[in-house]
Amino acid sequence: MTEVTPWSEVFELARPATVETIYMVLVSTLIGVLGGLPLGVWLHLTSPAGLSPMPVLHRIISAVVDVVRSVPFVVLLVVVASLSRLLVGSAIGSTATIVPLAIAAIPFFARLAANALREVDSTAVEAAVTTGAGKPRIVWTVLLSEARSALVSAVGVTMLALIGYAAMAGAIGGGGLGSMAIQNGYYAYDDRVLYTAVVLLGVLAWGMQLLTDWVTKLVDRRRSLANV
Amino acid sequence: MITVENLSKSFTQNNTRVTALDDVSLEVPDGTVCGVVGTSGAGKSTLARCISLLEKPDSGAIRVDGTDLAALDGSRLRAARRQIGVVPQGDSLLRQRTAAGNVALPLESAKVPAAQRRSRVAELLDLVGLSDKASVYPDHLSGGQRQRVAVARALAAKPSVLLADEPTSALDPSTTDSVLTVLDRARSELGVTVLVVTHDMAVVRRIADDVAVLEEGSVVEHGKVLDLVSEPGSRIGSTLLPETDQAELVRSPGGEHDVTAEVVLVGFAAVGALLPEASNRFGVELSILGGGLTRLGDTPVAKFRIGLSGERSESALKWMIERDAHVRRAPVSVDGVAA
Ligand SMILES: Nc1ncnc2c1ncn2[C@@H]1O[C@H](COP(=O)(O)OP(=O)(O)O)[C@@H](O)[C@H]1O
Ligand SMILES: [Mg+2]
Repeated sequence: MTEVTPWSEVFELARPATVETIYMVLVSTLIGVLGGLPLGVWLHLTSPAGLSPMPVLHRIISAVVDVVRSVPFVVLLVVVASLSRLLVGSAIGSTATIVPLAIAAIPFFARLAANALREVDSTAVEAAVTTGAGKPRIVWTVLLSEARSALVSAVGVTMLALIGYAAMAGAIGGGGLGSMAIQNGYYAYDDRVLYTAVVLLGVLAWGMQLLTDWVTKLVDRRRSLANV
Repeated sequence: MITVENLSKSFTQNNTRVTALDDVSLEVPDGTVCGVVGTSGAGKSTLARCISLLEKPDSGAIRVDGTDLAALDGSRLRAARRQIGVVPQGDSLLRQRTAAGNVALPLESAKVPAAQRRSRVAELLDLVGLSDKASVYPDHLSGGQRQRVAVARALAAKPSVLLADEPTSALDPSTTDSVLTVLDRARSELGVTVLVVTHDMAVVRRIADDVAVLEEGSVVEHGKVLDLVSEPGSRIGSTLLPETDQAELVRSPGGEHDVTAEVVLVGFAAVGALLPEASNRFGVELSILGGGLTRLGDTPVAKFRIGLSGERSESALKWMIERDAHVRRAPVSVDGVAA
C-alpha cells in the first residue's frame, strides 16, 4: 500500500478531471440534441400515425437507431477509437472521447424525443392541421412546444447516461473523473483518489438531475396560473 | 353552403372492411345550423373528419360554396381549410398555450400581423364570453370553457363554415347550454353555417334548424326539424316531441269521446290559440288526454292527444287541419269495432 496522497494533490487531480467530465458531457449532449432532435422529429412524422407516414424508410431508420442505441458503450468505444484517431488525431483524451459519446447520444436522444412527441395529444395536432398550418409550423408550435417538458427531461436523461459513459471511457484513457478514478485511483491503489472521483461523479450526476428537473418545471406552462 | 354529394368512406382493419359512410348526401344552406345525429359508430365522426378534410373520402364531393374541397392537395388544401372552422371531438387545445394563445393559432397560420391578431383574439374571446380568461391555461378552465375556446379558435380565421364534433359530449346540461349558445351566436352574429355532430338530441332541440339522422353510414332522415316533427313515423319527431300513449289511442279510440286524435301544433299562434278556438267555433267539448308542450329552438311545439265531444267534432278537426295542425286519427278499423 502506497502512502496516502495528501488532499491538496487529490484536489489538483480532481479539479481538471471534473472540468473535463463536464466538458465531455455538455459537448456530447449538445451534439446529441442537435443531431437527435431532428432525427426524433423525423421518426415521429414518418411513423404510421404521423403527419407524413413513410412506412418503409421509417422502419429502416428506426431499426438503425435502435441497433446503435443497444450497442454496449464499451464496444462502441473500442470500435470508434480508430475513427477518433482519424478525426481528432488521437484516440485518448477528453476531446477524442466526445466522438463515441456523441455517436451514442444521437440515437439515444432521438428515441427519447420521438417518444416524447408521441405523447402529444393527436386531437390537438389535428386541430392545428385544420387551421391550415403547414408541417414546419405544426412541428414547432404544436409538437415541440407541447412536448417541451418531456424533451427537457429527455435531455436530462441523456446527460446522466453520458456521465456514466464518460466515466466508462476513463477506463481506456478517456480523461475526466473516470480516468482519475481508474488510472489514478484504482490501478494506483489509491482509495482516497478513487473515492473522491466516485463522489464527485455522484455529485455531478445529482446536480445535473436537479438542474434538469428545475428547467423541466420552468418550461412547463400547463399548471401555471394566470397572471391576472 | 355545404354540400356533401354521394360521400363514401370505408376502413380496412384487421382484414375486415368497415363501411363508415355509404353514399351520404347532405345539404346545409347558408346561415343555418344542421345537426347530424346517430348512435355511436353510425359514422358521424367520419363524416365530420371528411368535411374537416382530415380524412380523404373514397368517393364523392364536399363542396363549400361550390368548390370541391375533397379534390384539393398541398397549399390549396391548406388555404381551403381556412374556410372551415373545426371543433374536433374531444379536448383539442394546446396545454402549453393560454386561451388567447390557442385562439391565435389559426391567425398565425394565416400570417395575420400581431397587432391585428391581438384585437381579433379579443373579439373572439368576447364572443364566447371568456374575455376574462384570456391569459388562463386550458388546465385551469372548465370543460365548457375549454370547448368555447375551441369554438373561438375555429372561428378565428373567419371561416364560412363551422363544424363541431360532439362539442357537448363530456359536459353537464348547464355547461352544454353555454356551448350551444356560443354556436348559436356564431350563426346569428357572424352568419356562419354550422354543422354540429352529436348523439345528444338536446343539441338538436336547442339550436338546429335542420337535422340529418345517420344510421350505419347512411342518412335515413334529413330535413327541417320543424317539418320532420309533424311527419308521421319520423324518428326525429318521436324523439323530440312529448310522449303520447299510442297503445291507449288504439285500445280505446273513442272512449267517452266522439272523436280522438293526435295533433302536432307548431308555432306560437297554433300552440296558443288553435285548440280553444276550434272548441268555441264548433261548440265541441275538447279535452286533452295526453302529450304536452316543448320548445324547438325558439319555436313552441305541442303534441297532444285530444278527445272531442259534440256533433261538429269532425268539422272542428277538419278546420284545424286547414290551419296547419298535423292531425292523426285513430285507425279506422279499430274505430269501427269500438262504435
Ligand atoms: N380510422 C379508422 N380506422 C378503422 N375504422 C374506423 C376508423 N374511424 C372510424 N372507423 C369505424 O367507422 C365506423 C364509424 O365510426 P365513427 O365515424 O367514429 O362513428 P361515430 O362518430 O358516429 O360514433 C365505426 O365502425 C368505426 O369503428
Ligand atoms: Mg364520434
